[in-house]
Order: sequence, then structure tokens, then C-alpha cells
Amino acid sequence: MSAVTTPARQASGGMNVKLVNRIVIYGLLALFALFYLMPLFVMLVTSFKTMDEIQNGNMLSLPKAPTFDPWLKAWGETCVGLTCAGIKGYFWNSIKMVVPAVLISTMLGALNGYVLTKWRFRGATLVFGLMLFACFIPFQSVLLPMATILGSVGRFGVTLQNSIGTSFGLGNSTVNLVFVHVVYGIGFTTLFFRNYYEAFPTELVKAAQVDGASFFQIFRRIMLPNSMPIFVVTVIYQFTNIWNDFLFASAYAGTGDAMPMTVALNNVVNTSTGVVEYNVNMAAAMIAALPTLLVYVLAGRYFVRGLMAGAVKG
Amino acid sequence: MSTVATTQIKLTPEHARPRTSVRGRLQDALPKIVLAPSFAITVVFVYGFILWTIYLSFTNSKTFPSYAITGARAYQRLWNWTFDTDPPSSWYTSITNMGIFGFLYILICLALGLFLAILLDQKIRGEGVLRPIYLYPMALSFIVTGVAWKWFLDPGLGLEQTLHQWGWTSFHFDWIKNKDFVIYTVVIAGVWQASGFIMAMFLAGLRGIDGEIMKAAQIDGATTFQLYRRIVIPLLRPIFLSAFIVLAHLAIKSYDLVVALTSGGPGGSAWLPSNFMYEYTFKRNEMAVGSASAVIMLMTIVAIIVPYLYSELREKPR
Repeated sequence: MSAVTTPARQASGGMNVKLVNRIVIYGLLALFALFYLMPLFVMLVTSFKTMDEIQNGNMLSLPKAPTFDPWLKAWGETCVGLTCAGIKGYFWNSIKMVVPAVLISTMLGALNGYVLTKWRFRGATLVFGLMLFACFIPFQSVLLPMATILGSVGRFGVTLQNSIGTSFGLGNSTVNLVFVHVVYGIGFTTLFFRNYYEAFPTELVKAAQVDGASFFQIFRRIMLPNSMPIFVVTVIYQFTNIWNDFLFASAYAGTGDAMPMTVALNNVVNTSTGVVEYNVNMAAAMIAALPTLLVYVLAGRYFVRGLMAGAVKG
Repeated sequence: MSTVATTQIKLTPEHARPRTSVRGRLQDALPKIVLAPSFAITVVFVYGFILWTIYLSFTNSKTFPSYAITGARAYQRLWNWTFDTDPPSSWYTSITNMGIFGFLYILICLALGLFLAILLDQKIRGEGVLRPIYLYPMALSFIVTGVAWKWFLDPGLGLEQTLHQWGWTSFHFDWIKNKDFVIYTVVIAGVWQASGFIMAMFLAGLRGIDGEIMKAAQIDGATTFQLYRRIVIPLLRPIFLSAFIVLAHLAIKSYDLVVALTSGGPGGSAWLPSNFMYEYTFKRNEMAVGSASAVIMLMTIVAIIVPYLYSELREKPR
């Protein structure tokens, strides 16, 4: 916690200069706080206003007669494309997609990190480098082949469905998205766990090996109990990324009932039929933002740490 | 950061006995077996797919992939479209936008992030409140950010309307509907979202600087400004590099923000290459052209990331 301390020797009038400095600094900080809060504030107050008040009132004013109706309408009635049943179904789609994708990619990342640091083999750095680079590719460069493969898998699923009565989830959009997010998420999860386990004392692993503990025993009894912080970081990072994804969601589940929340929100907002209900749009946007905001509020420290870990390699 | 609890290792004696050779060999191979699926997935679905995309860009695939190589026609078509047409071709618009957006987005995020970090590092009371306020946009999706700013910047509903009501009736701000300026609204929303995170990176860097160095400089009579310019900012160089990589990577991938904020802008005037790729591949049935644009995006990223990763992984030989 080092900060700049003003030198003790200051010219006369130093106190005044110092005071003015402080006022300017706090003023600037407050101004920027306003800049960051403004859009959220506007979104929030708008979502509690009636359409009448929106059209005739000021964007920044608090709702005169706060109403919860836009939220209820966004949740249960608003139209997404041609279906008018609100966004609740899409919210659950997102949950059904996020939970398995986060769990699978995190577990794989933990195992990979463990192997890459404690069971090093020749070429481990190359393997890691290849997996790491995968984090950075623009997904546009894999979008089309994946669409082709998912299409084929879907047709195979239909064939199975017709011949033996079950498709085993092949061709199901949610299953597809889980798969896609796991595939393009393991680079990040591996990176997180690898950097964390890198600092983990190898002597403990060696000692356990000498005592005859197996690969999985060491993982379960030694690594996992000491991995809580990095699990939290990874889960939060993956949850935020996958919940917020739009590109994969719109490419592989852009239409139909399996649409995740982000795609549904975009459809609600950009719908061209009827009167645009801004309050409902804003309520829908708030609902889409709530899960990640909640995570941020509850575990902000870990959220930041995850972003940093994704940015600055150890 | 990591506190390693003393772990009780309970081992059953049966595992202490010597391995039989088959089992032993299996045990030795186990780590690689565990890693193999992830590695295979990466090789196939990242590198294999990239090769596939490159291959497609040399065909004349339209709605469906075709696998007869027809040469670099797609690339020629991309670069033959020029500004001379009115409006300029989508590809030229996209790469010009990429230049404007990438440059301003990275520059402003770095400058603002550093500025806020330095301000916050002045022993500020209430830092614990301000920091999360600056950073929370990073938790939102680009779609939500786009929706919020679309409303805020809308001439009939947002800022312009509000200032008119407050009496500043000559105020005019319609960038979001103006084909020449719409890309700058994407910059505003993008900076709003990412600059707080860059601030956090710089702040972490500032907190890591040895206080002794600062004290020594102050004793030598350096002013606060000199202190930052000559000592602190040079010490933050690694953070600048990391932040640049993060921002460049985010900028090239930005797709959702343009969609949600501008719906592509009037006549596609807000498109970035990522939007171009999506539109041409999935909506205009020009698969080869879309693939060619994806390959160009990838090459740009490679040129930035590979040297960085190489130096990161090589610096610490183990």
C-alpha cells in the first residue's frame, strides 16, 4: 500500500495547494463515477416507469409512480420474435447451458493444470502453448466449420431419433452450446489452474508419490482441497463469459426455443413490430444483466482476480 | 496469494506395494491420458477448424461449402471492393472502422485507465466504493451495454432530449444515427465497458511498486509530475503491454457491441470485420468471402499474440 506522500518540506501556502489538489482529485473521481453509473441508472429508472412518463418526462428523473409491470411483462409476456411468452424461458436456457459448461470446463482445466505442472513431460510447454493460443483466436475463424459439424451431428441425431427413438441429445441446441463453450473454454481454465498449481509445492506431490499415492489420489487428496480460491476464480470467469456470449449463441441457437438470454434480449430490443416499449426493453436488459452483476457484487475480488489471471500470465 | 494448508495425507498400505509392469506403465502414461482429450479437442476444433476455414477461403463456396479449390478469388474480391463505390464497399468500411475503433479504444482505455489508477492511488478515502463502480461494466455483456448506450445516445430519448429539456435547445448529438460518426459511439460504449478493468490492472501495478524508490526520488526533489513521468510510468511497462494485448484482442473480437448498439449502423456503416464475416457467411451466402475475412482477422491476431506468448513462455525455462 504505497502512495505518494507529499514531501514534508513544502513552500509556504503548501496547505492551500494541497487542499485544492485534494478537491480536484475527489471532484474528478466523482465525475468519473457518474460516467460509469449513468447508463445503469438510466436503465434502472426507465424500467420502473410507465410508457407515458418515458415519452413526456426526463430520462434522468426518478419514476413518479414506480411500477413493476415492465419487469413482469419482460419476464412473462413480451415478444421474442413471434413467440410472446416473455424471456423467462430463455433465461432458463442460459442457466441450462451455463451450469454444465462451467462445471465440465473447470474440472478439465483443473486436471490439465495438475498434469502440466506436477507430471511434466517432454513437450508439455508446447502443449500448453497450443492450448493457450486457442484462448486468443477470433472465434470467427472456427465458426463456420463448427456450424457444419453441428449440422451433421444434428442430422445424425434425427436419424437416431427415427430409428431407435432417442437422439442422445445429439443436435439439441443447448447440448451443442455446452459442447462449444467447453471446447473453447478449456484453454482459459487450463491457464488458470496451471498458473495456480505452478506455485503449489511440488515436494508434497513427490512425498505422496514416494508413499505410493496414485495420480488421482494425489489430485483428490492433496490438490483439490487446496484449490478453493482458483476454483472460485475460474467458475466466476467462465460463468460470466458463457452467460454473456452472443456470437456462438446467435450462430448455433439464433432462432427457436433454445435461444440463450443474450440472443433473446437482442431480439426483444430490435423487434420491429408494434410500439417499442422501452421500459420493457430496459427491464429485460436488467434481467439479463442481473446474474453476472450479482456474482460481481458478491465476489468482486475473485472476479477481478480472474480477469487479471486471464490477462497477466504468472 | 496461495496459502497451502498442511495436508494430512492418508494412504492405504496397498498402494505402497511395487507395481506390476503393465499397471506401472499404465500409471506412467496416466497423466498423458488425462491430458489427451483436452489436447485432442484443441487440435481438432481449434487448429483443424482454422485449417478448414483457410481451405474454404480458397474455394468458391456460397450457401454450402464446396471443396474445389478455385484460388484466391475470395481475397481478390475482398480487396477489389473499394472506396470508389458509393457507399464504399462493406469490407473497406469494416477495416477502416477497425482502424478507428481499435486505435481510439485502445488509446483511450489505456490513458483513462492509467489516469484513474493514479488518482485512486492518492490515499483516497472511499476507494473501496469507487473501484467497484469503475469496474462493474466489465461484468455486463456487450449486449446489455449496447442496449443501455443505445438508449442513452438516442437523439429522441436520451442525452440530447434531456439537455433540450434543461434548456440547451441547440445541443445536437445524433452520432448513433449518422453513418460517418456511428463508429465513435461504439468507441464510447467500448471504453465505458473496459476502461475500469484497465484501471484495475494499472492500480495493481502501482501497488506493486517499491515505496522506497518513490521516497528516494522525492528526497531528490522530484515533483509529483516528474515522479510519475520519469519513474512510475516506466516501471509500469509490463502492465502497458498486458493491457494492450487484452484490449487489442477484445477490439478485434468485438462483434456483439456493434450488433446491440447500432444494429450495424445505417447501411452497415458501423461494421467491424467480425460483423462482415458473420453477415457474409450466414446471411449473404458468400461463405468463401466470409472465410477469407475470418482468415485475415486471425492473421492480425497472430501477428500480435504469437510474439507475446512466445516471449512469455520462453522467458522462464524450467
